[in-house]
Parts: sequence; C-alpha cells; structure tokens
Amino acid sequence: MSDKSHDPNQMTGAAMIVRALIDHGVKHIFGYPGGAVLPIYDELFQQDEVEHILVRHEQGAGHAAEGYARSTGRPGVVLVTSGPGATNMVTPLTDALMDSIPLVCITGQVPTHLIGNDAFQECDTVGITRPCTKHNWLVRNVNDLAKVLHEAFYVASTGRPGPVVVDVPKDVQFAVGTYHPPRKSDVHVSYAPRVKGDASQIRKAVALLASAKRPVIYSGGGVINSGPEASKLLRQLVEATGFPITSTLMGLGAYPASGKNWLGMLGMHGTYEANMAMHGCDAMLCVGARFDDRITGRIDAFSPGSKKIHIDIDPSSINKNIRVDIPIIGDAGNVLGDLLQVFKAEAKKPDIRPWWQEIAKWRARNSLSYKKNSDVILPQFAIQRLFEATRGRDVYITTEVGQHQMWAAQFFGFEQPHRWMTSGGLGTMGYGLPAAIGVQVAHPGSLVIDIAGDASVQMTMQEMSTAIQYELPVKIFILNNQYMGMVRQWQQLLHGNRLSHTYSEALPDFVKLAEAFGCVGIQAIKPGDLDGAIKEMINVKRPVLFDCRVAALENCFPMIPSGKAHNEMLLPAEANDEATAAAFAGGKALV
Amino acid sequence: MNQPASAYFMEERHDPIEAHTLSVLVQNEPGVLARVIGLFSGRGYNIESLTVSETENQKHVSRITIVTTGTPMVIEQIKHQLDRMVPVYRVVDMTLSGRSIERELAMVKLRGTGEHRVEALRLAEAFRARVIDATTESFVFEITGNSAKINQFIDLMRPLGLVEVSRTGVAAIARGPEGM
Repeated sequence: MSDKSHDPNQMTGAAMIVRALIDHGVKHIFGYPGGAVLPIYDELFQQDEVEHILVRHEQGAGHAAEGYARSTGRPGVVLVTSGPGATNMVTPLTDALMDSIPLVCITGQVPTHLIGNDAFQECDTVGITRPCTKHNWLVRNVNDLAKVLHEAFYVASTGRPGPVVVDVPKDVQFAVGTYHPPRKSDVHVSYAPRVKGDASQIRKAVALLASAKRPVIYSGGGVINSGPEASKLLRQLVEATGFPITSTLMGLGAYPASGKNWLGMLGMHGTYEANMAMHGCDAMLCVGARFDDRITGRIDAFSPGSKKIHIDIDPSSINKNIRVDIPIIGDAGNVLGDLLQVFKAEAKKPDIRPWWQEIAKWRARNSLSYKKNSDVILPQFAIQRLFEATRGRDVYITTEVGQHQMWAAQFFGFEQPHRWMTSGGLGTMGYGLPAAIGVQVAHPGSLVIDIAGDASVQMTMQEMSTAIQYELPVKIFILNNQYMGMVRQWQQLLHGNRLSHTYSEALPDFVKLAEAFGCVGIQAIKPGDLDGAIKEMINVKRPVLFDCRVAALENCFPMIPSGKAHNEMLLPAEANDEATAAAFAGGKALV
Repeated sequence: MNQPASAYFMEERHDPIEAHTLSVLVQNEPGVLARVIGLFSGRGYNIESLTVSETENQKHVSRITIVTTGTPMVIEQIKHQLDRMVPVYRVVDMTLSGRSIERELAMVKLRGTGEHRVEALRLAEAFRARVIDATTESFVFEITGNSAKINQFIDLMRPLGLVEVSRTGVAAIARGPEGM
C-alpha cells in the first residue's frame, strides 16, 4: 500500500476524470452539480486548469457545449449528475447526434450496488442515451475509467463526430485505481473510421466533373466538421472548376457568401437559383451532406437528370435517401484534397458558360426579395441591418429554431466556417441562447449574437443568468412577432388558417426581464430606430436582450411546398393567397 | 401525388421486400445486444430471427446472426448502420455472398396416444428428428435444419398433438475455407 501511495498514477476515479480532461486539453466544461457527482466537483474545486461554467439547467450545459464545439472544432464537455441531470441532457445529446457535434458528457450514477434498485435520482442513463449517442459507457470498475475516458474523447471527435456519454457510479468516483495518459490501445479495435477516399472512385468523380455541362457543388456540415483545411480546399475546388456552389443550413460559411460562385442555401427555404440548379444539373458533387428531407423535396423528382457524387465519412449516409452514382467514403477534407489534385493534374476547367447564363436568369427572379415597409420592422430587414452593422467584425451567430432561423440563414452572409451555430437536424427551440454562451466562453473577445424568436428564447431563457455570472456579453437579438411563426406559417398554408395555439397572449416585457437578470434590455419598434439600437447593442460590453418588434404576420419564402420538387418553389412575389392555395393543392386544404 | 397536408414529404416506395441473413461480429461488452436491437426498433427495421453467442472467448467476440426483411435500399442501410456501431467488427450479408449454410434447431413437444404417436415417430424419422424426451403420453423431438424444413415439420406435427415449440433462430456460416 505504501508503495502505491507514492505512485502518481494512483488516484480516485474523480481525480482521474479531472486528470483526463487536462490530458485532453480541455479548458472549459459546462455543468451542474448534484449528489452523484460531488466527488468530481470536489476535485474541480481543488485545481484551476479546467474552468467550470455553472449553467441553470442541464439542457443549457449541453447546448453551450455544442456551441463551444461547433465554434472551435474541439469536443464540448459536459458534467451532470444522475437521474434528472442525465435526462435533461437527452435533448442536447440528440441534437448533437443529428448535427454531428462532438460532445463528451460525463454523468454521475448511483453507487454500483444500488443500480437497478430505483435509488434516489437513479435512471438507466446508458439505456436512455443509447439511441442518442454515438456510443456510451457505464464504468463499473475504477481501473477501466482512464481507458474509457480516452476512448470517449477519441470516438466523439473522430470519424463522423458525435456525442458520447460516460456514466460513472459514485463509488467508482471514490475508489482508488490506476490512471494512465491517453494511448493508442485505448480505442476499440472494432472502431476504425475511414478517412482516405478510394483513389479509383476519385478518378471517376474527376472524369464526371470534367465532362459536366451543368454541374453543381452541394456542400454540408461535414466540410465544417472536417476542419478549416476542408473549407480552404472546397474554395480551391470551386476556383479550379468554376462550378456553382450551394450549401445546406449546416454547411454555411464553408464557402463565403460573398464568393462569386455562391448560389445561396438550398432546400425548403433555399434560394430559387440554388434549387433550380440542383434540379437541372447534370453532375452533382455532394460533399459532407446527407440528402436530408428538408433538402431534397420530393424524392422521386429530385435532380432527375444528374449523375451524383457523394463524399461522406459515414457509409450509412450513402444511398440512404437518394441513390448516388459515385460514392466516396472518407473525410471531406482528405477527399477534397485528393480530388483537387487529380482534377488539376488530369482535367481542365470545363466551359459551362451557358449554364451560368441559365443560373443568372434564375437569380434575376430575386427569390429573397420582400416588400419594404417604413412603418414596421420586417424580420428580413432586421437581419440585413444586423449583418451590415456587424460586417467585418469578428462575429459568431447562433440561432433558435423557426422563421428567424431561416431568415438568418438567408440574409446573414457567412464568410468563414465555424461562425454559424444552429440546430439543423433536431430543430431544437432553445438551442441558440445557451449555444451563444458556449461560443462566448470559447471566444471571449468576439461578438456573439443569438438571432432568436420570442417563443424559442423563452425555452432556455434562464441561461441569461449564466451569462451574467461569467460576464459573457452575448447579444440575444429577438425577432419578436408574438407568434410561433414557423408553426403558424404551416397552419396558414396547410391547416385552413386555424392558428391553433401559436399565438403568445402573454409575453414577458423583455426589457424589464433583461434588467431583472442584470443585463441590458433594448427595444426597437420602428424601422428608423433599428440601426441605432443595433449599434447600441454592439457597443454595450454586457449581455443584451434585444426586443426587436417585427411585422407579426410575415412569412418565410421562398419555399418548396410539401410533396413538391425543387423546380416547384413558391416565390415571395407570387405567394398571395391563391397561389399558395394552388401550390399546396392536393393537400388537406382542398380535400 | 396525393398526400395529406404535412411538413414532411410522404412517399411510399414499392420496391420488392427481400429477406437477408446478416452475420455480425461484435465485441462482447455489456449492452451490445441492446444496441443492435435498439437500432432495429429505433429505425423501424424488421427482425425475423436473431441469435447470439460468444464465439471467440479469448477475444470476447460474439457472433450475431440476424434474419431481416426490407427493400434493397433498407437492407443496405441496415448493414451500414450496424457497421458504424463502435463495438461492431464486421457485417457480412450471407444472402448476398450466396454461399452460406443456414441452420436452426427446434425442440417440438407432442402429446398423444395410439395412432398419432406412431405417425409422429414415423415422420420424425423421415425428418431425422431425434427423440430427446418421452413419457407414455408425450415426446420431445429435436430437429435441426433450415427454417423451411423446421416449419414443415411443425406443420405436420400440429394435427398429431403439438403442444409447444422452442426454436433457436437461424445460425449461418459461409461455405468454403474462408472465415468472415
């Protein structure tokens, strides 16, 4: 015993957890204490290498860690207690799984001898989180803990990134065992994501691209996840080929919005030119995206005339929704590098001028136009003004979910990757505010703005208190229309304009609420006041709740109606009542 | 296309449904079977039969044999989804590889006297089923074979006093010298 007490690698499970965080370069974790994690919190108290950010609800910790991860490319770390601590993490874990965000979540568990006994604050954490994690572990022996923690970081951040959970019973936290630093053998032999693309497939892809007459590049969040190098290579590929490029919601920023080949976002609320190019192309290069149902529209009419190349690190993304001709399994950056090299060596820029002329016609439809209004602030206008006011600044944007999210995607131009944090796959209202906190923790000197809706923001509003405690000057820019706008839009379009429970009869006074939290409240009601108010928000070095009162009944266009294809978009100029009814014909509205 | 008003595009595919037998090598760790089964229930895939047992004790490797049904696209998805799980080593589609043997074991209990007993014994012999338990009024047969053969045997036993059946589910292995 006395020998062991001098071995620096002998320590308690709780100490191992903190030590592993340090060994993995973790500077910040987000968490909430409780009975089953007290030994870990005790260890945290006695060191200062890892800073703990105390949230107000575990869901907030999860989304903050997501924002942290998305804006840095490093895994976000969460520490929560057993039972409700773990179940409150289910939403962020699912969110991170859907959007491929690396999270390491450490949960406390009741002591091993009580597991299965319905003990206080017990739940089957690994059972509950199994379908919403990339992998999870229950550690029953303190001597397995180091290996599991290292493996957890590896699994979360390699291959297709995702969330993992390590569930640690309280007796394991107290028990003394042997720690070891990270090493290769800590990883499951059965886990070996493929990074390098198949050379012959890449050759085939280059041949297809080189002979294309109407090509389009469709990129997604996988390019962002691959790291900054992938975005650089994507830009070089666009430059080398001269091809038009569109992106999913998750992929914004990989190619700059000011780039000349940029078509805007595609999909349900994408631009007309992006969707028409997808529909009419003869060669599609999909990189790091997954043909999600918000992207494809009607599947049997999706890009009918094209040969499709699909680069993805996850083989299960291939041929899931859309059959592709040339699948390439591998990391987006790695494959793009090889593809670019082969293209430069063996092909030359195809002449696609007629295709660009066609695209120019679609662009001329000006699908993001909206009627100007000098009496009320239009939400699109508000985001345009916000974008103008922050242009050239070191800015990060998060959003909640709904109309404001789509308007942000449409009207805020992203020039760099890792600057746009939004809940795409799961569509989690309440994501943006805590995500902004996570981003601000990672980038203390930057301007971090949550473009929010009045409904979403109330779901995690309590985290304003976290922002105050840690002096995180996040700006919560609320497009307040008093509605759950996107749900209402669907009710208007598809459910006979019966606005069932989508109007908020009682909203808080956001300015007073801001003051109650101890932050700054700003309100803008008239379009003329907007620029000044935005300027004030940016200049305040404290957290701000910005109550931007916008036109209540504005809807989000353009739009692919349900059951329709990319070439059947409803444009804003045409979206009067009759055209809308006709576009949704065949639906319940007319039956 | 006539679909009810929805935020989702509803599409019915009418591709033919196929049955495939998959062999899955997994790390035998706690929860691995729950993961596999959870994948099937969570994504709405079918399980017709599932067997699992540790096959390499030293390396803690288990072999799961799953018979599943779906359209070719769904079958492809199932294989990829299984393959990307952290504790899964390999997934082999025994139906696609085409050269596999599938076997199942069943124990079949019968109750009866007189002519039915004699008939049951005669059929059992024809099917190479063994008697593994007998009383003056019952038999338990053990039968091995592919699922079709076992189904047929059970159907024949039904009018002869079938009481109950216990089946192992399908185990499969490839012909020839190669392992999976």
